[in-house]
Amino acid sequence: MNLNTALKNQHRIYKVAALPLAAVLAFVLHTPGGLTWLEAGLIGFALAAVGELISLPAWYSCRISPIDRTPLWRLLSTHVVAAQILSLLWVGLGMLLARALSFFPALQGIEARFTERTAIVYGAGCVFYLLAASFHYVALAQDATRELETRAMQTSIQARDAELKALKAQINPHFLFNSLNSISALTSIDPSRARDMCVLLGDFLRLTLGLGEKTLVRFSEELELLQKYLAIEKVRFGDRLNMHENIQEESKACLLPPLLLQPLVENAVKHGIASLPEGGDVRLSAVRQNGRLAIVVENSWDPEAPPRRSGGLGLKNVQQRLEARYGKDANLRVNTEGGLFQVSLSIPVESEEKA
Amino acid sequence: MSTSHGKRWRALIVDDEELARHVIREFLQSHAEIEIAAECANGMEAVKAVAEHKPNLIFLDVQMPKLTGFDVLELIGTDVPVIFVTAYDEFAMRAFDVHAVDYLLKPIGRERFDAAIERAKTRLGEKMPAATELAAAARPPQQFLERLVVKDGTKVTIITVGKLDYAEAQDDYVALVTQGKKHLKQQTIAGLEACLNPANFVRIHRSYIVNLERVVRIEPHAKESRIAILTDGARLPVSRAGFARLKALLDERQ
Repeated sequence: MNLNTALKNQHRIYKVAALPLAAVLAFVLHTPGGLTWLEAGLIGFALAAVGELISLPAWYSCRISPIDRTPLWRLLSTHVVAAQILSLLWVGLGMLLARALSFFPALQGIEARFTERTAIVYGAGCVFYLLAASFHYVALAQDATRELETRAMQTSIQARDAELKALKAQINPHFLFNSLNSISALTSIDPSRARDMCVLLGDFLRLTLGLGEKTLVRFSEELELLQKYLAIEKVRFGDRLNMHENIQEESKACLLPPLLLQPLVENAVKHGIASLPEGGDVRLSAVRQNGRLAIVVENSWDPEAPPRRSGGLGLKNVQQRLEARYGKDANLRVNTEGGLFQVSLSIPVESEEKA
Repeated sequence: MSTSHGKRWRALIVDDEELARHVIREFLQSHAEIEIAAECANGMEAVKAVAEHKPNLIFLDVQMPKLTGFDVLELIGTDVPVIFVTAYDEFAMRAFDVHAVDYLLKPIGRERFDAAIERAKTRLGEKMPAATELAAAARPPQQFLERLVVKDGTKVTIITVGKLDYAEAQDDYVALVTQGKKHLKQQTIAGLEACLNPANFVRIHRSYIVNLERVVRIEPHAKESRIAILTDGARLPVSRAGFARLKALLDERQ
């Protein structure tokens, strides 16, 4: 919230407060031996109308001495001094008004009667100032809280955006360089396989870029990407990589965030197959059941393998993206029993017919 | 250094990918003076092949199953010129540059390959930098050692640091003690200390590093000295400075 809207709100609230203030002033001015009701009403309303003279400066003195960062002595002295000055001014205005009014024949003597009451008006001014100051402090605190909340929300949205962008742009350089090296080897061993590999790599890159631009994709599209990826890695790892797919036909139309499964399959190869001298299996299964899509990526692995760079980062990203989209409605489980690394995820079914 | 066919060089190719080995094999065909002594698909094979074939040039992949290229270098010693091969690893590349170790990037180009061979020839007899130092330099900052490799003859043992009970300095070696067994490794105790996570391992004495998880209690011994009792009953001396470090760490944990 900026200063202008804050001030506008102060004005509005002040206008509401002016009426009771006028009534109170009129009442104290009228007290026995004081002004007549007419006189008290006139001066009371006039002083209440310029009450902003007191409340507005209070707003500034509150801003320059924030309650949580100003020493108590300075806080007290600032406001006590400001209250004196402003109340004096207020009383002065009242006196001027009383003098002007005393020219009306009906109101003769008002000046003298008002002068007797200046102490009360002065006191009321001080009290009014302190009330205004307290009110401003409360308003300032509320503004600060609101601003913090807004900022926190913006930060989290920005962070999520940045992360998604990074994720979509993510093509593992290791994968790319190794693939190029495989192609380089194949050019002399088997040129037509080298060409196939170039096509596979081209398809994979195109799919990655294309899918990354969408918010949701059909599982069948993500599956195609995974198949290309695994086909490329199959060229690199040969017999060490064995793929198994168990995809239920009904699951293919379900929607999910793009490139959600790609890091999981990449991990299965990078941390699983690549860590085993004899290689192993990568299993991918998907079932649509009871309104949920359940996907399992499973691979053989060596728990004592040398640590690879960026371990666990892919999995964390998947988790964060699931949370961002589905909140508590998504499930991600990792199971590492029996020499297998198994990641199971389950999300509510969304399909295009429904959307 | 004469071998059959008038070839003066025996090279070893170590890479877990057949296609990657093929590229190097093919490039070597135009270097008549180099014969391929053996090809290895993993680090364990490489350690054996080095003992068996005594190569004088090794092409060594960095990322492999079981043992990394750094592990292999640690196990085979530093007498043979090694040309590292890697696809992409910014920290490893920086470490190679710093230690003037030759390396090839995949996909490997022929010119770069030939230049590396020429340089290796001029470097014959030069020692490689200490493998542990090189590996430490190649580790990303704030990351500590997760496993230790030791060799007894040609038998290679991998010890994950969580299983290390304590380490004891023995001249130029450290004895790594795990599950009652001792494994000797050529490294200084200070060098080992620098690689281990200081939140789990404490230098309790000039000659001892202990796994904090294993310490059951500390008993006073003589004046100014104490004894640490481990879960398996082992008793290790604790110096005054070592006790201060131990205490600071335990206080931090609470």
